[in-house]
Amino acid sequence: MSPHVTVLDVGPAVTVQDWGRPGLIAQGLSRGGAADPLALEEAAALLGAPHLALELAGFGGRFVVSHPQRIALTGAPMRVLRDGVPLAWHAVHHLRPDEVLEIGAVTEGVYGYLTFGGGLRADIILGGASHHLVAGIGAPLKAGAVLLLGEDVSGPVGLGLALRPPLANRFNGGDIHVLASAQTDLFSSVTQAHFAKTAFRRGARANRQGVSLDGGRFAIEGGLSLVSETIAPGDIQIAGDGMPYVLLCECQTTGGYPRLATVIPSDLARVAQCPAGAVLRFHWISEADALERLRAHNAERAALPRRMQPMVRDPDGAVLMAQSLISGVITGQDEWAE
Amino acid sequence: MGDLPQILPLGLEGLLVRFDDTLSDLGNAATLAFAAEIEAADWPEVREVAPALTSVAVFFDALAIAPEEMRERLLNCLALRDWTAMSAPVGKLWRVPVSFDEEHAVHISEVADLVGVSPSQAIAELCAESLRVLALGFAPGQPYLGRLPVQWNIPRQTGLTRAVAEGAVVVAVRQAIIFATSAPTGWRQVGWTGFRPFEKRDGGALHFVPGDRVHFVQRPADEVQAGASEPLGGAEVIS
Repeated sequence: MSPHVTVLDVGPAVTVQDWGRPGLIAQGLSRGGAADPLALEEAAALLGAPHLALELAGFGGRFVVSHPQRIALTGAPMRVLRDGVPLAWHAVHHLRPDEVLEIGAVTEGVYGYLTFGGGLRADIILGGASHHLVAGIGAPLKAGAVLLLGEDVSGPVGLGLALRPPLANRFNGGDIHVLASAQTDLFSSVTQAHFAKTAFRRGARANRQGVSLDGGRFAIEGGLSLVSETIAPGDIQIAGDGMPYVLLCECQTTGGYPRLATVIPSDLARVAQCPAGAVLRFHWISEADALERLRAHNAERAALPRRMQPMVRDPDGAVLMAQSLISGVITGQDEWAE
Repeated sequence: MGDLPQILPLGLEGLLVRFDDTLSDLGNAATLAFAAEIEAADWPEVREVAPALTSVAVFFDALAIAPEEMRERLLNCLALRDWTAMSAPVGKLWRVPVSFDEEHAVHISEVADLVGVSPSQAIAELCAESLRVLALGFAPGQPYLGRLPVQWNIPRQTGLTRAVAEGAVVVAVRQAIIFATSAPTGWRQVGWTGFRPFEKRDGGALHFVPGDRVHFVQRPADEVQAGASEPLGGAEVIS
């Protein structure tokens, strides 16, 4: 039988994701794809090629492969054991057929990613393989699922990513930068300023469509009934009850609720990865500033292959993260030979 | 149209060209014609052009073209012709069988009251003429169909229906929708069809394009149910 991975147990919201289906907004389908596409790029750097990933929302599962595979663990860090031994996150490891990979809860952030060196194989619908739950394409994995994999070519393991800003530390909310959207002018300047002064907490209502913000209500004056217009990920929509939502990759493509602002592209992963209760503060910035931030973001994305480092063990044998190169001994990949 | 059309920001990498701020046939025709013009221009910096009911969203690579320059280009395009004088595209004519039986016409009495006619008259009006696909949106291939006569300008419900089924026919604000997925909605359900605007089998297909026309035909629930397993769920392309 061709290579495959068997899902022994699985969290409630594990889906297959790639970069989604761009270009179909006019047909009613938002891009979808990974809630944190940076994690796919990090996996591509670690594995040497881009692949479909398992997106693990909040909790992972237990997995066994039929043939040896490299695995990349990226995005929100999660508790992970290989046959009971902890593994480093933001890193690439070996997984042998006699080993059980057990991924538990996130330790920060929301979406962790498990990517196989041989790549997941999945059916193509509307030109893409990613699950799009809102559109009814695919469904969260269930225990017992068997997913086909490509054969893995060998490659280095025991490498970790030492993430740098602005890609590092995107798993705990923080400062988010926004620009105007088509309906921003429906909100008074007082409301717009109040929005930027508010320390929001990410609310309980959150999924791949969007996240709610606790911290105040932001109604527009007059009960305007707007004709539905195109929505894009990052739009901050004010629901009928005044609660703001930041819309994410799986948002509906059109909507009639007013939108106060739009999160700049380079801050969107930080919103998606913000755990419930963490603080988000929004800042109005200029277009020039937003462009500068996008350039810096893209430069760091392009630099990801250069951010890989051999991981180290401390004298007691515990695994250190790549970015914690302190007093340990750097070991070559052969010595690591997982 | 007053100060319209307007060009408005959509964050860093999008601009919205708004032809009308209420649903109008002229605004919809302008929207579809302008979107076709931008598509045809095939600017390499443009990632996606998305016409909605009365506005066009243009998404672009802001590192390849400055947003201000893109705005200039769109302004130049707007100056090319009188976009208020466009006629809507005329696409395929679809005949779609719909069950208006009690189990599917969940809100028909309420809708009839709001329109000011009897339930049977309301159904007759829904089936009287073909409706145009004004836009696709919300879910894959899901059509906004309109416009219904002016007395159908009924509001959405204040509360949401938890979830209507795929194929639900719902109405509000002079429009009808055939739901492409199961989803919560504030629109009122008046019928159900076996036709799926988004066919998930065989790699997936989206059947409608804006400009297509849809003629609802009343059929008994069991017949519509039986038709659901046929190609196109019992719907037909007439012309």
